[in-house]
Amino acid sequence: MTAPSTAPSPTAQKPLAFELSREREAQLLAGARKSVRVTTGKIWALRVLIIALWLGSWEATATYLIDPFFYSKPSLIWDRLVQWFSTGTQFGSVWENLGFTVLEAVLGFVIGTVAGIVLGVLLGRSRFLAEVFSPFIKAANAVPRIVLAALFILWFGFDISSKVATVVVLVFFAVFFNAFTGAREVDGNVVNNARILGASKAKILTSIVLPSATTWILSSLHTAFGFALIGAIVGEYAGAKKGMGMLIANAQGTFDAAGIYAGMIIVTIVALLAEMLITTAENKLLKWRPSEAKTQAQGI
Amino acid sequence: MPSTYPAAHERHEPLPGADSGQRTAPLIELRAATKRFPKTGGGIHTAIQNVNLNVAPGEFVAVVGPTGCGKSTTLSLISGLQPASDGETYVRGELVTGIPKRVGYMFQSDATLPWQTVLDNVASGPRYQGMGRSEARDKARVWVDRVGLAKFEKYYPHQLSGGMRKRVSLAQTLVNEPEIMLMDEPFSALDVQTRQLMQTELLRLWSGTGAAIVFVTHDLEEAIALADRVVVMTASPATIKAEFTVTLPRPRDVEEVRLTPEFLAIYRQVWNSLREEVDQARAAASLAG
Repeated sequence: MTAPSTAPSPTAQKPLAFELSREREAQLLAGARKSVRVTTGKIWALRVLIIALWLGSWEATATYLIDPFFYSKPSLIWDRLVQWFSTGTQFGSVWENLGFTVLEAVLGFVIGTVAGIVLGVLLGRSRFLAEVFSPFIKAANAVPRIVLAALFILWFGFDISSKVATVVVLVFFAVFFNAFTGAREVDGNVVNNARILGASKAKILTSIVLPSATTWILSSLHTAFGFALIGAIVGEYAGAKKGMGMLIANAQGTFDAAGIYAGMIIVTIVALLAEMLITTAENKLLKWRPSEAKTQAQGI
Repeated sequence: MPSTYPAAHERHEPLPGADSGQRTAPLIELRAATKRFPKTGGGIHTAIQNVNLNVAPGEFVAVVGPTGCGKSTTLSLISGLQPASDGETYVRGELVTGIPKRVGYMFQSDATLPWQTVLDNVASGPRYQGMGRSEARDKARVWVDRVGLAKFEKYYPHQLSGGMRKRVSLAQTLVNEPEIMLMDEPFSALDVQTRQLMQTELLRLWSGTGAAIVFVTHDLEEAIALADRVVVMTASPATIKAEFTVTLPRPRDVEEVRLTPEFLAIYRQVWNSLREEVDQARAAASLAG
């Protein structure tokens, strides 16, 4: 560096020449908003087009080329849905059946999640216990647990308890492994810091380990609720007096392809609603996280 | 050649609080402390060996040594986070077996809780010790204010700069009114300007507390600018090689003091001692790498 350049430069005091005028700023922002609107519009238009093409081609092929008795078609499925919701099914109102399925899924989900978190955190914090139990847990996870639904019917009968049990064994492992990893991955530095600041073992668990594992646990809940619905439906499919799985099984027994699709659609909508609820809860609990979505990397 | 403290060897029974009058009883005392770790590939790594160190109440001691020599291990022995393999550590004349009372520790990397605001992070110490939420927050607010983050008390750590996060850690440590502050290269991750600013802040905040500080760093300038005494450690396995008293007057301006001839004289003296160790550590590293 040469000596003269270190002298205070006279230009440093000049007012900023690049400041935007108010109108120009408003103009730029309006332009940016408009381009966002246009993109969103295009995305939705394409989505609608894809659905129209898919349903249209299905309707057309099932009308002219293939047998709708086996493959059904959108208009028949729609009729079945309308019938279920207006006059009800052979087994009572569709709402009642749906209620049973959701009740089983939610009960099993809650029990499985709590058990998964408790055991996951416990083993995640104790290397010794983790070492002892790891072969058993791996083996239990490898078992095709969905088959247990049949066994649970023998044990608990056709009531909701057998379905809840099926849901619990499916949900438990999904949550357990994430809670375990979350509890194990806690930053040792943070724990040491808390110990120095005077935290007891119990406080470390509640104020450090559980909150740090929360990110892991919450991300497992998305798949876990999907498993919960699958568990409830399979349980009902294996044998039940009420429920969506039973309606689907009955539709299969009566060669009612449209009924199978109608059942699938209803359960799919429930799963999507649950997914939205979990995402909302997640965003609320994890509001401290840096949000990637909000960053405007593109620039104007 | 390791410095010996006659007083430390004469006194066998710890005398908590009893002052001989001649010299103050050491607040921290390491006696022939050794720490070994199992190596990942088998074998044993000796981090520190036969370390004797006394720190008086209110004293600012900087520990310098080549990178990775085991300086931090010394702090973890004093803090009680790790037990010594051989030798003893005493704090206030009592053998350290758990975490001693009124000890603060600032770690090299961030240890703030990402899901808590600045205020709640600072309040966590009093909360852990059983204080009610609002009372702890009031106490924390005073320290958040003192470290200059009053406007940021509702922010989350990820919304702050590296220097501001260090201020949070500093407030978190100071709110517990520690008598001993252990600092493990706390400012090493900061850029030069922020680092000097934080050094100034540390001296300002420390001056009122009467706490003793053990400050580990590999930056000799930082050590001399801040401390009353600089302890030089050898290359691994680390032991104390020499100690130097820093006679620069307080209050110090950490940026200006570096330019004084007194500072340079001390620097030259300490560096002569430290250089061999740094060279040795580099040679060992290049052999290993």
